[in-house]
Amino acid sequence: MEIGLIIVAVMLASLIGWLLKQTLNAEPWVAEAVDTIDESRYQAPFSAKPKLVALTLFLAVVTSFFALIFSAYALRMELGDWVPLTEPQLLWTNTVVLILASIAFQWTRNGASTGDIGRLRPGLAVTGLLTAAFLFGQFIAWQQLQSSGHYMTSNPSIAFFFMLTGLHALHILGGMYVWARATLRVFGGDSDVEQSITLCTIYWHFLLLVWLVMFGLMLST
Amino acid sequence: MGYVAIADRDHDIEHHDPQTFITKYIWSQDHKVIAIQYGATAIFVGLIALGLSAMMRLQLGFPDTFSFITPENYYQFITMHGMIMVIYLLTALFLGGFGNYLIPLMVGSRDMVFPYMNMLSYWVYLLSVIILIASFFVPGGATGAGWTLYPPQAIMQGTPGTEWGIVLMLASLAVFIVAFTMGGLNYVTTVLQARCRGMTLMRMPLSVWGIFMATVLGLLAFPALLVSAIMMLLDKGIHTSFFMPAISSMGADPGYTGGSPILFQHLFWFFGHPEVYIVALPAFGIVSDLLSTHARKNIFGYRMMVWAIIAIGGLSFVVWAHHMYVSGMNPYFGFFFATTTLIIAVPTALKVYNWVLTLWEGNIHLRVPMLFAIGFIFTFIHGGLTGLFLGNVTIDLPLSDTYFVVAHFHMVMGVSPILVVFGAIYHWWPKITGKMYHETLGRWHFWMTFLGTYAIYLPMHYLGFAGVPRRYFAMGNTDFLPDSAQDLNAAITISALFVAATQILFFINMIWSLTKGPKADGNPWQATSLEWQTPDTPPKHGNWGHDLPECYRWAYDYSVPGYADDFIPQNVPASVAPVGRDHGGAH
Amino acid sequence: MAFAVVLILLVVGSILFHLLSPWTFTPLASNWSMVDVTVDITLYVTGLVFVAVNLFMAYCVIRFRYKKGARATYEPENKKLEGWLTLWTSVGVVAMLTPGLFVWAQFVDVPEEAHVVEAVGQQWHWTFRYPGADGKFGEVDAERITSDNPFGMDPDDPNGQDDVLVYSPEAHIPLGKPVKFLLRSKDVLHDFAVAEFRVKMDLVPGMDTFLWLTPTVAGRFEILCEELCGIAHHTMRGAVIVEETADYDAWLAKQNTWAMNSTMVAGNAAVGGAQYAVCAACHGQQGEGLQALNAPKLAGQSAWYLKRQLQNYKSGARGAHQDDLYGKQMAPMAAMLANEAAIDNVIAHIQTLADEAPATTVEGNVANGAKEYAICAYCHGKDGLGNQALNAPRMAGMTDWYLKRQLENFQQDIRGQHPTDFYGFQMGLMARTLYGEQEIDDLIAYLNTL
Repeated sequence: MEIGLIIVAVMLASLIGWLLKQTLNAEPWVAEAVDTIDESRYQAPFSAKPKLVALTLFLAVVTSFFALIFSAYALRMELGDWVPLTEPQLLWTNTVVLILASIAFQWTRNGASTGDIGRLRPGLAVTGLLTAAFLFGQFIAWQQLQSSGHYMTSNPSIAFFFMLTGLHALHILGGMYVWARATLRVFGGDSDVEQSITLCTIYWHFLLLVWLVMFGLMLST
Repeated sequence: MGYVAIADRDHDIEHHDPQTFITKYIWSQDHKVIAIQYGATAIFVGLIALGLSAMMRLQLGFPDTFSFITPENYYQFITMHGMIMVIYLLTALFLGGFGNYLIPLMVGSRDMVFPYMNMLSYWVYLLSVIILIASFFVPGGATGAGWTLYPPQAIMQGTPGTEWGIVLMLASLAVFIVAFTMGGLNYVTTVLQARCRGMTLMRMPLSVWGIFMATVLGLLAFPALLVSAIMMLLDKGIHTSFFMPAISSMGADPGYTGGSPILFQHLFWFFGHPEVYIVALPAFGIVSDLLSTHARKNIFGYRMMVWAIIAIGGLSFVVWAHHMYVSGMNPYFGFFFATTTLIIAVPTALKVYNWVLTLWEGNIHLRVPMLFAIGFIFTFIHGGLTGLFLGNVTIDLPLSDTYFVVAHFHMVMGVSPILVVFGAIYHWWPKITGKMYHETLGRWHFWMTFLGTYAIYLPMHYLGFAGVPRRYFAMGNTDFLPDSAQDLNAAITISALFVAATQILFFINMIWSLTKGPKADGNPWQATSLEWQTPDTPPKHGNWGHDLPECYRWAYDYSVPGYADDFIPQNVPASVAPVGRDHGGAH
Repeated sequence: MAFAVVLILLVVGSILFHLLSPWTFTPLASNWSMVDVTVDITLYVTGLVFVAVNLFMAYCVIRFRYKKGARATYEPENKKLEGWLTLWTSVGVVAMLTPGLFVWAQFVDVPEEAHVVEAVGQQWHWTFRYPGADGKFGEVDAERITSDNPFGMDPDDPNGQDDVLVYSPEAHIPLGKPVKFLLRSKDVLHDFAVAEFRVKMDLVPGMDTFLWLTPTVAGRFEILCEELCGIAHHTMRGAVIVEETADYDAWLAKQNTWAMNSTMVAGNAAVGGAQYAVCAACHGQQGEGLQALNAPKLAGQSAWYLKRQLQNYKSGARGAHQDDLYGKQMAPMAAMLANEAAIDNVIAHIQTLADEAPATTVEGNVANGAKEYAICAYCHGKDGLGNQALNAPRMAGMTDWYLKRQLENFQQDIRGQHPTDFYGFQMGLMARTLYGEQEIDDLIAYLNTL
């Protein structure tokens, strides 16, 4: 449980640290200079849009989720019957594809924020294709494992492999839904999608990071 | 930028002002309507769970008497009772109900930041409730694995509901977690982003603090439950061996190898202990506001109260294994978790002191909400102190898995939060409905609930001392228990049935109030926090009419020296009324 | 005012309840007096806080009740007071925690001289294993468990040959010597708890757990399972017999080892056939039973069950209750079987008898009976053929009037209440889920259809 505990603790500690910074010196009952509201003091915590705050929180939830699975992975690994899995080589290709998808999204996002809306259509299309290719690649990797007799019930390492990659793919599918909405809007002629694309990009980078940690964990064990 | 995010969208809200009955009351995106939907659904399932507890008490008090209670039913009843009460009633009611209603009003916002997602949250929650209730009606019935759902027993034969019941239970929990996450993101983001001008974090009422921190805990802790639910579903459905070791079940080999039941327990309690505070922190916050308002005195040690909420929230993640002292985990963990558990007692005790010190030199109005609030302090002291027994690893040896545990956690997270729930409903009822409740009926409701529950749970601790195990369908003959233990159990059952029956008073009161109750003033308790300062009662969609409120002071300016009224609302500027004092603290 | 008075009365009442309650810790029977001391320290500290805070609160409610014209003071905080309260609370917490950790350190650290007993839990009974003369346990494995090898012993492990296997939920331990209970579960979670010993620990399948104690009082102490393990969780009882070392040694010497078990000769049906002549007088030549003589059908019943019942009759665990009229007839008959070999021989003969369905004599509502049977099926099987792993005998195709009588005997405590009839005790608790003669008739009518 150490992994989950440490990661959750770090997230919680950063929130608590921030909260304490806000609260430690406050004496809310002490008089302010009459009716003026000191704007600088009453700024909202982040000069960010609510959606970005919500996404950050959501990523914290997903981090906690995967961290706890990694904890379970580490605990389960020590129980004697663990047979290390030889990951299909295809996963390396998939990794590269997912990295490219992230890069493509970042390129699109940079275009959106600098007003270079010509990047939107090709960028979104390429991102979508690369991401779909990643998912397809993962699916092929599953097929390869199964056809070589590696089933979820054969060994916990394989069960974890299928579960982790499956859950990761589900999260990507969720992102694809938002991507699809943005893309439909762009191809429908609406180019005011900067926020949506920014949020998607962050999410893509995050899921890439999750994948890299996950893949690294599986490779090293 | 910043806090004006919602204010900027004034015109949006006007546009979306619901017109039809359906958009106003069913598919509503108004946080107040969603709060009532959440609250009503939670109370409805709570009543089912109350009924289940009555059945289980009948069996315990009068074994061999009721033919409709078989061991199968009994274990299904205790499982569903526990799960419903903890998750589907208390979590949903405090966060989905009170959180939804109070956060936007108390921080001076027009609504949650994501009203659509907020609405979705409720309907997904309702779906989870429907799946849960459906599990009673599938072949084999609901799961009888105990609310902790420990494998292997939760998915192996020998337990009711291992075919479909457990699957539906896990599915329902997963759906609930989705609903909670949608709501939770809303609550936290609203507190962080949508406070009105001047509403600093340290000017927020403690209710908001409690709900805010509880939601943060929920967001980080519920994934642990989701992970364990997914892994158990895989173990059950396709025979992986995450939690399942090689076993011989009833003489047959079910084909599992190598898994660890302890792993499930770690994941479960990594969620399960913060869950205690997910329920407790909102109660702490709300009760602080009730006490302050009705004692006409600022909450004593506000900063300490905020820090205690934060500290308790943080510590709640490092105490989980105190539920597992005798689970067979590495016994050396006991030292660590006993220490952290007893440390958490310090901020919790400080909260109790500060509640009581808030009464000191107050001007206490013993209205119904205040009765419940003081009743809460009493039961919470009792439940908190018995926690010091169980948290101390050595004392857990004789007391774990006995009635002492049952009595402790019902005292601390059953009776105490429920008293706060009732207190809060009576307190905010005039704002929510615009009607006053019946004072005398409310008092009767309090006295019967308060004294009745104490009569249930005080004696129950002593059955635990004597060694009566929990989760026993029937005790039968034993060598070590006096025969009178059964008599005591019967007495407890009578108290429990009495308390269950008296809850009808609450519903009579509410119906009376809605139909015949006198119209309520907008601020009947003369309270300071913003929700009492709305232009309309009940507040209309958008809460604040044309202009958002501005906040000039903390939420506890009661009996400020040198001002005629004994309360100054948060939106009264300092030019109109003094703000507290020049220098903080009375030294 | 009334509220304050009630608060004071609740405090006083709680103290009185505590002082007068007859329901409290059982007399201690182990070395863990320090557990009780820790409980007492915590009780005093928390009791003090309970009384002080609540009385203070009651005082506040009286003294500062709303009065017209009165005004609360304005006091945001008082750092000094809060500091002192933090300090004293911390002192109280340390006072409670320190002895707790100290005792836990002892609990974690098993004395070297402790001898080891393995308690094995399964749905829903206990068995025990002693390491034998070599002091070492043989390897066990859940996947090796069969009805012939209920412990899952490794037949090739030399350490296991002298392991003593006790097929009874009753363990013996010597007085005054530290004993480590090694805990193992075959199926689900269980918990080994003896109230008088103060310590308990879960049994977790797939791993070994332990607890240790030194018994300080001779006697018989009840083991309860205290971790929910299924519908018959509450029937999972056992006993620890604490006795003088000499008695313990004598008892241990009488127990069978794994080697003895695995080399045990099967009963001789031919020899048993001669002895069966006596039985046949009532139970019939083919073991078909005879209602007129109150003799149930034997043919087709599981050997292990027949053996246990014959032993129970011999030992007085069954057939000793004054109201068990027919059991009292059987007891002296069973006593004629001189030893275990004789019992095995007779049973071997019974196994050769033709298993024919008896006439049905009980009428009832089959549909209702099917519902009643759902709970029975957990142990006796959906087909009613019984399951040795659960100590559940065959019920389908056996004499129905006999089943009815036995269910009534179980319900009325005529059978199953002898302290060594553990499995009968379980059935006693389960038989109580049937209410009235009609339900029993319905159930048996359903069994007759299986």
